[in-house]
Amino acid sequence: MSEIMTRPIPAPAVNLESKPFFDAAEEGRFLIKRCNACGEAHWYPRTICPNCHSDDTVWEESPGEGVIYTYSVMYRSPTGPYAIGYVTLNEGPTMMTNFVDVAPDGLAIGMKVKVKFQPTEGGAPVPVFAPV
Amino acid sequence: MTLGGLAGYRPQQAQGERMSIKGKAYVMGVYEHPTRDAPDKTTAQLHAESARGALADAGLSFDDVDGYFCAGDAPGFGAMSMVDYMGLKNVRHMDTTETGGSSYIVHLHHAAQAIAAGKCSVALITLAGRPRNGGNRPGGGGGGRPPAGLTDGAPEQGFESIYGGSTHNTYGMCAMRHMHEYGTTSEQLAWIKVAASHHAQWNEHAFLKSVVTVEDVLNSRMIADPLHLLDCCVVTDGGGAVVVTSPEVARTLKRPMVKLIGAGEAPKLQMGGKGLDLTTSGAVWSGPAAFAEAGVTPSDIKYASIYDSFTITVLMQIEDLGFCKKGEGGRFVADGNLISGVGKLPFNTDGGGLCNNHPTNRGGITKIIEAVRQLRGEAHPKVQVANCDLAIAHGTGGSLGVRHGAATAIMERES
Repeated sequence: MSEIMTRPIPAPAVNLESKPFFDAAEEGRFLIKRCNACGEAHWYPRTICPNCHSDDTVWEESPGEGVIYTYSVMYRSPTGPYAIGYVTLNEGPTMMTNFVDVAPDGLAIGMKVKVKFQPTEGGAPVPVFAPV
Repeated sequence: MTLGGLAGYRPQQAQGERMSIKGKAYVMGVYEHPTRDAPDKTTAQLHAESARGALADAGLSFDDVDGYFCAGDAPGFGAMSMVDYMGLKNVRHMDTTETGGSSYIVHLHHAAQAIAAGKCSVALITLAGRPRNGGNRPGGGGGGRPPAGLTDGAPEQGFESIYGGSTHNTYGMCAMRHMHEYGTTSEQLAWIKVAASHHAQWNEHAFLKSVVTVEDVLNSRMIADPLHLLDCCVVTDGGGAVVVTSPEVARTLKRPMVKLIGAGEAPKLQMGGKGLDLTTSGAVWSGPAAFAEAGVTPSDIKYASIYDSFTITVLMQIEDLGFCKKGEGGRFVADGNLISGVGKLPFNTDGGGLCNNHPTNRGGITKIIEAVRQLRGEAHPKVQVANCDLAIAHGTGGSLGVRHGAATAIMERES
């Protein structure tokens, strides 16, 4: 049985556009952005819709559920193995993340995962995903 | 050979049949952002709003843009962070020339050159910054109020750099997905390293000169699942340079004539996470553009310099350039098919980035150099491709698994 992976995460860089996301993260709420003009959700959240270029984008709370699109367990790490990967959210967009609460050999493409927030070193918590 | 200094050279450039930008390009949209103090917007936002204004002025949309030009004020990774942020889906030409405040007039010139050469038809040039609000300051000047705990760098930064992405594991993610979709195996990937090592044994300067086997690769330690140590390129100091001349100058020089006959480039980005596909690279756009301009097909190519930061990089680019069908790269590279004198597609006969050299983690220039050696007949005799008159050099810069810029060049030996 392999050990459960953990990795210290540095504080995220927060800018004017992402501040509402990280403020919500402090409260444990996972926000995504959706465009009122075309109806599409996107990731990473920004003011301009990357699909239709409208400025009419709004924050939406998401349950943070999706499936693993791909992953890689990094063994060249002084703090032990960790998993980077992409999750395709049920709302559509695919986002980069880390996978936690799982052993290095416990991940699989297509696996259902759910968001949780991991504290960072002196900054806002960030979204990571764990198997459901 | 001497050109007699700049005084003699400049008139030569302006005369004769040489293409000029005169009358080849039109400035059809302009916009000056009304703000003079932007405490509530990011620099990326100001770029996008400026772009929207100029495109609206021209009566065009973001989707019409196929060329993008920016300088050091644009946050992020070259032009790519901004192309990604704005969702410019059709950009096939980028220029990030930096000359300080004059950059945008340089870009106007370069945009006209690109349009005259048929490389793009709608070029977007943007500038933005927030020196009054502690934002990025080209040239380092200005004071500005510090933005309480906020940054104003690459717009994607807060959502990506926190996750410990490196070249190894972001390329590993591509390999993992490729294996999932197409059944590609670690053994097949290993054959790419094996082929590179067969070439490197003849290169006296190669960083790694030992021939390795598929088993050697599979038995090397795991770095980023599924990539082993020997799936990775070398890390080397070094350098390289290339001289490109006009046909007139070329004919006066005592070196074989290596002619550039086609080139293409393209960014591959995240685009809001919509339909993200990590099994393909920007070569799906840069390759066909280069082949179309050259008027040749992949089956005509005698030698291929293929960027080899990792074995998976080679496999995906070979598919995307059209040397085999998507998903069949694993079978294509196996059994020595990339070894000069053995297989159908001799690649990286200097040993490539996988064994020979990857100077300062940027392998594009060595890809050009070995292609030129092959076309001149100056590669090592053990790896020289017979009658090598057509070669390709292709690169992927940045991260295959996050955002990258693809570039393809096709060169021909002129007899």
